[in-house]
This record gives sequence, C-alpha cells and structure tokens, in this order.
Amino acid sequence: MELKTQPFMLNIGPHHPSTHGVFRMRLTLDGEVIVDLEPVFGYLHRGIEKLAEGRTYTQNIPFTDRLDYIASMMNNFAYVLAVEKLAGVKAPERAEYLRVIMAELMRIARHLLAIGFLTNDLGAMMTPLLYMWREREKIVDLFEMVCGQRQTYNYMRIGGVSHDIPPEFLPAVKKFLKEMPAFIDEYDQLLAENEVMLARTKGVGILPADLAINSSVSGPMLRASGVKWDIRKADPYSVYDRFDFDIPTATTGDTYDRYRVRIEEMRQSVRIIEQAIEQLPPGETCAKVPTLLRPPKGDAYTRIEASTGELGFYLVSDGSIAPYRYRVRSPELLNLTVLRDISIGWKIADLIVIFGSIDIALAEVDR
Amino acid sequence: MNAWHYFVNLLPNVRADFVEWLQGFGLPSSLIIFLDSIIGITLILLLVFPMVMLFIWMERRFIARFQLRPGPNRCGPLGLFQPVADAVKILVKELIMPAKGDRLVHWIAPIVMFFAVFMIFAVLPIGNGRIGVFADLNIGILYIVAISSLAIIGIFMAGWASNNKFSLIGAMRSVAQLISYEVPMVLSIVGVVLIVGSLQMSEIVGKQTVPFILLQPLGFLIYFIGAMTELNRSPMDMIEADSEIVAGYFTEYSGMKFAMFYLAEYINTLAVAIIVATLFLSGWKGPFLPFWFWFVLKVLAVFMFILWMRATLIRLRIDQVMAFSWKFLLPMALINVFITAGEVLVWDTWMSGWQSFPWPFIFVNFAIAAGLIVLWSKFFFRLGGGRVEVGRLRARNSQGYGADSQAPVS
Amino acid sequence: MALTLKHLFRKKVTTQYPEQKLETSRRIRGQQFVWRADLCTGCATCAKSCPHGIIRVATSKHVENKYLVDSIEFDIGRCMFCGLCVEACPYSALFMGRSYEQAKYSRKLLWADMEELMSPDNEPSAYGHTELEEKAPEQTLLVYGQISRKIANKNGS
Repeated sequence: MELKTQPFMLNIGPHHPSTHGVFRMRLTLDGEVIVDLEPVFGYLHRGIEKLAEGRTYTQNIPFTDRLDYIASMMNNFAYVLAVEKLAGVKAPERAEYLRVIMAELMRIARHLLAIGFLTNDLGAMMTPLLYMWREREKIVDLFEMVCGQRQTYNYMRIGGVSHDIPPEFLPAVKKFLKEMPAFIDEYDQLLAENEVMLARTKGVGILPADLAINSSVSGPMLRASGVKWDIRKADPYSVYDRFDFDIPTATTGDTYDRYRVRIEEMRQSVRIIEQAIEQLPPGETCAKVPTLLRPPKGDAYTRIEASTGELGFYLVSDGSIAPYRYRVRSPELLNLTVLRDISIGWKIADLIVIFGSIDIALAEVDR
Repeated sequence: MNAWHYFVNLLPNVRADFVEWLQGFGLPSSLIIFLDSIIGITLILLLVFPMVMLFIWMERRFIARFQLRPGPNRCGPLGLFQPVADAVKILVKELIMPAKGDRLVHWIAPIVMFFAVFMIFAVLPIGNGRIGVFADLNIGILYIVAISSLAIIGIFMAGWASNNKFSLIGAMRSVAQLISYEVPMVLSIVGVVLIVGSLQMSEIVGKQTVPFILLQPLGFLIYFIGAMTELNRSPMDMIEADSEIVAGYFTEYSGMKFAMFYLAEYINTLAVAIIVATLFLSGWKGPFLPFWFWFVLKVLAVFMFILWMRATLIRLRIDQVMAFSWKFLLPMALINVFITAGEVLVWDTWMSGWQSFPWPFIFVNFAIAAGLIVLWSKFFFRLGGGRVEVGRLRARNSQGYGADSQAPVS
Repeated sequence: MALTLKHLFRKKVTTQYPEQKLETSRRIRGQQFVWRADLCTGCATCAKSCPHGIIRVATSKHVENKYLVDSIEFDIGRCMFCGLCVEACPYSALFMGRSYEQAKYSRKLLWADMEELMSPDNEPSAYGHTELEEKAPEQTLLVYGQISRKIANKNGS
C-alpha cells in the first residue's frame, strides 16, 4: 500500500543565516526532498542603472563598486573598459598591467571568500572560513596600500588607474605570491581529502553542459560542467593575451567540481600575477581624458571574466556627459536562474550547499 | 582520619556527617533519607553548574584558538565571566511564545529536557568507591541509557509546540537521528558490561585496573560517535544547523526557556564526558594524585576532543547520518559484542589462571577493530547521498503552470 | 583534523582594539576632510564632481574679482568617501583625512562645517596627493605578520 504524502511549502525567507544576502526561496517539499523551488529576489534593488543616468561617466565609477561589493575591482574594470571603448580612449601600458594585477588579486580574494562560505554552509563552524579570511586580509591590505580603502576601491579611471603603486607594493605582493601556493594546497587538502566533504558535495547539484549553455551560465559554474569557455582566452581584453595560463575545467558539473575549479583558478591567477609583475613597464598610469567626457553617439558592450562569470556593461551614449542607458549584464543573476533545475530532487541541506556553490552576492543580482 | 584525607573525600564526607548529625535528633528515618537526598542534590548542583560554566567558557575560547582568534576576553580576567554575562543576558529577555503554538507543551518542553539530562548525574561515580556516587544503583548504566532517551521527548515537544516549519523539520530530524543512535550506543556499552560482569557504575570503575579503552577500542569509538550524536554536536548537528534551519527546534525560544535548552545541552555534554571517562578511561582512578584531579583531567580531555571535532568537521546530511548508524555502526557494534563475549568466555574458562589481566586480548582487539573499520568502509559502506526522482509529484509553480522539467541526471 | 590542530599553535591574528591599533595605509580615504582655506578659491569643482552632491559651497564677492568662501560643508553622513572631490580640486586645496573613528551621536553633527574641516587635529592623507606619502607612517601589513602596533596616545587611548 502506498504511503499517502502531501507536499508542503517552506519559505526560506529573506532573513536567513545562509542565503548570502536577502534572498527568498519558496520550496515545495515532500518530506525533505525538494519538489519545486521558486526564487524571489529584488530585496536589494537600489536602482543603480537609473541612478547612473544622472551622473557623469567618472561619477559612476564608485557606483559600480557597489554592484558586487566583494569584488569591486572587477566591476570597475568592466565599466572602465566599456567607457573607453565607447569614447575611443586608449589606456597606457602600465595602467593595463596594473589593472590586470588588481583584477587577478581580486579574483583570488573572491574565490577565497566563495570557498570559505561554502564550507561554512556545509557546517564547519567557520574554521576554514577564518583561515581563508586571513589570506583575504592580506590581499585587502595590499589594496588599502594602493587606493586607500578596503572594500569599495574606486581605483580605476577612464583611461587608466587613479594612483600609481607605492614602492612597497611590489615586495609585499611578491611575498604574498610566494606563500600563497602553500596555503592553496593547505585548503585543498583540508577539504578535498575529507570524506564527509566528498559525500556531501560529489554528485550533488549536477549541472549538465547543455543546460548550462542554454541558460547563459558563465564563469566557474560553466567551466565545472565541462565547457572550456573563458573570456580571457576566447575574447581577450586588456593585456591578457600576453600571459600564459590555463583554464581549469572539470567534467561532471557537481558542487565538488565547482569547488575544484575555483581552487585551480586561484593557482592560475597566481601565475598571471607573477608574469604581470615581471612584465610591468614604467610609464604613466592614466591617459589624459577631459573631466567631463563626451563620448560620440553610439553604444558599446564590453565583457570581462569576473570571478563569478561574464560581467558585461552595455553603455549607450547620446553625446552628453552622462550615459543615456547603462545596463549591467550580471553574471550572478543569470547563474541563479538554473538553481531550480539543479536542485529538484535533492534535500534541503543540499540546497544550501548548491546555493553556496553558485556563489552569489545579492547586490549584483538585484543591482 | 586526618584533615587531608577528609578534604580529599570532601563531598561524600559532608553528606555522611550531615546524616549522622540528623540521626542524633531522632527523626523518622524516611525524613532523614529525604533530607539526605536534598543534600545530595545540592552537592550535585554545586558540582555541575560550575563545570558547565567552565565548559561554556572553554568552548568559546578553545574553538576560538583553533580559529586563530582569542575568544571572549573582555568580561573579567581571561573572559571568565563570559558565561555569567550570557546568563544575565538570557535572563532579562522577554519570553516570547508563538501565537498559534501549543502553550502547555511549549512551557513543558525545556523542563522535560533539563530534568532528563540532570537525572543522569545521580549514578555517575565521582569519587572513591561506593561513597562517590549519589545513588549507587545496581543497574547504573541501564538507568543512564533509559534516562537519556527522555531528552528526545523534550526536543520533539519543543519542535512541535513552536508552530514553525523549521522547528518541525528540526524536531523530526532529531527524533530520527537520536533513536537511530541509541542502538549502537547501547550495544557498545554491552561490551563493557560483559567484561565487568555488572551494571553497577562503581563496579565498572573498580574493575578497570587498566582503562577499558585498550580492551574495547571499537566499543569506545562507537560509543563516542553515538554520544556525540546524542549531544547534537558536530559533525551531526544538523538539527540545530545554523546555516540551514536557523536554529532547529529552539528557534522560537528566548529568555529562560532558551537558557534551559542551552544549559541542558551543556549538562548533557558534561554527563557524556563523565560517562566516557568512567566506562572507558577508568573514571577517577590514577596514580599518585587525588581522585578529583584525575577525574577533572579526564573529563576535560574528553571535552577538548569533542571541541576539536566541532571546530573541524563538516556536518553530515540527515540521511547520511542515519545510513551511517544503521549500516555501519550497528553491524560493527554487533560484531563487537560477539567478539567480546567470545573473549570473556575464553578468558573465564581457560586462561584466568595465567595472568591477572588479559593482555593478549588488547592486541587482538585493536587488530580486529582496525581491520573491521577498514574493510567495512571499503567494501560494504559508502557515505554517499542519493538524488530522488520526483516524477510522480507534478511540480507546479505559483501561477499553476505545470513545471515538470527535471535536470537530466548525467 | 590535523590541520586544525596545527593552527591551534599559530599566532592569533586579531588586534585588540582599542588598546592596539593597526596602522592604516598612507592613502587611506578616511572619514574626514581637510580643507586649506588659503588655497581654496571657491570654484566648487569639488561640489560638481561629487556623485551624491553632498558638498555645499557658499561664496560671496571679495576684492579683485576673487571669491570669499563664506561656508563650505560636507555631509559626512551621506558621503561614500570615494575621493572624487579630492581628485577634482584644481588647486589641491582638499585632502581626505586619516581618521576612521568619526562616529557622532546625532545626525545633525554629521555635517562637517568649516571649523571642523580646518581643524588642526585632522591629518591629511596622501590620497590624491602623493607628495604627502613620505610623512605618513608605514602601514601594518598582514603579509609581513605585523598584527598590530601599540599606538602611543594618538587619541588619548
């Protein structure tokens, strides 16, 4: 005789310790198994795109910091590249190299945070998180040395970067890079050889490659599903074509693979930074750009490989000092749309882990 | 007896002296027994509460040291008054009761849980021989097993009365988990009882000339894991998983009721640490130094190990926890009982004339334990989880559109 | 598990604030502003470049076609400390401060008026003014293991 059961609805509400921000999920559960999931977001919408229409191109740069506030340099980078493409401004070589160094350091910091919070969601009492936080503190100290703030940097300008690096920066970065591979190995060993971690993440939340491509997923999630697509290699921007690095991919697309891809990407970022430091040319750090820049009429779309995916800015200019339309192609929003498909059939505990492995910061989802 | 000897056996001596003094008044004996029990309970309270405060303090500072930070150090020297600050904070909070919750059950649940774990202390041997126990029942260990099952009722009542789906999920998980882990735990205790030949706690300590952890390594491991699960501690703390279901069964509690749950959890930890020290680490026995030194040392060592596991390990999912219990621990516990029974039989019939202690069995037991764990985990047991096909339930989203797409399992 | 045990014996990385303080970057965009009245001409370029419009400059005519700055106010409560105003000033009259302990008890006190801006307690930071970098103290970096430095009586602590 079949047991009669009835699905019930649970609301993992906006206030929750482990949704990374204010995010609401309406689950339909059968026991503990998820049958349906409806994400509700928009709690953090601040209207950045509308606010941008009333400010000049330079005044918009601090606003882009607040998109994915954990990885501000990436957002700055993407926006500044878009404006430069629109206005036809070329940044000097030194500025390009500095931007790449900052972006890759930011990528390491962002991945450390992602992996740390993934382990936190898995239940290890903040201990691995705090170890990874120590490394992130080192990176954030370096950023503080360069531009004066630790979270929302406002470092890049149209035509270059705002300040040149002080003389203490390069020795500190070199020391950091020397120690970093050992720490990455430590984190790898802490979690990859842990039987419980393998049991909880292997095979959980599999994202098949065709679903990933059809849903516009990008970034480490896409690469974990087996698709070898990285904008730094496929459509190189800035000076990435001068560096030698690999793109880590994995085969299955489960949570464990996403975690592995991020670890490997950190190692590759270390390689890129080492090469960039060697090749750093002397020179100016910012091109001469008028204060109130009036780009010619037209539009431009630039995309970069941010740490969570393809971050794109679409700018439309009508010849005035402020953009006519400014649209952010947010990678985390698009990555989040597959949450329903990959978590049906799993349990609540797995949902939290899958959600953590998508690695979102709600500010970018809601803009 | 001289002053040092009196001081070393202070608590039992106080009790014995008080009873003698009362008998001098010529009161009826039932009243004397009653007053004697009151004194005993007071002495247990005096023992338990400072140790629980110490445990709370140690937990926060010790785990913090694992996390490269100092832990609370503002309240008093070294943060020693932090538990006091916590207690004061909890006491002045408003007692919130969910509107549609069950009032009576909501009130009773923390009381049930608190008393269930508190009653365990009646049979725990703290001191020398028979006078170190409050009530030296000759079914000591059976009493402990029975009483610790009562705590499950408290958790379930709490989860039900809160009128909150998260609490209910937590309560359901907890009942399933705690019941599943009772069985291997009891079976591992049976191993110790077979060797000792009696259920009485003071006898168990008395027979341990060498700690039983050497004789029963598998039993120790199984009991330890089972006990950590009974305590709802990492790695099996999913019923109060902070990151999933907010706080599980005590989400809706605040104020003194929450304090009862909080204390009950730590008192349970203390009780389990004492039981582990008694059953497997030879209780209060030790060379040269007085008994309370060894007792406190062993309890603290067990507790530090529990904390170390808490700071490190990732929590398991509920179905993995249950699979672990039924498919891994239970067969191992059964095999342990069989082997121990066989060894006791062999020892009593053939070998008891040779030596005073079964040394060869130590090696045999360790070898069997290691071999069994390795073999079983390689061939018979995998800690994976499964994905459930949800084809038969048609999933509909809020607009009522049928949405029965599922990601194909690759 | 062994890894956690190893970490048990490593040095703590916390700073016991407020007894110990970290030395901030030389270019810190602190929560203060420093304004040089002698260099300022009242052009209000800073006010125009602020993304939020929190700077209020009121001027009146002075001798020789110059402006006299009657009042200049910054709304620190709404400022996001981006530093665009500092970069925009053509006469290098505006600096960001170094202090990060600017909490006040009411919102009205968060408007920094002329007196506060010119106060000698405010130390200018080297953000946008790289010539001030040599004078500022060195930053404590976690990379070199410097956890903190006991600050000797900076703010009376």
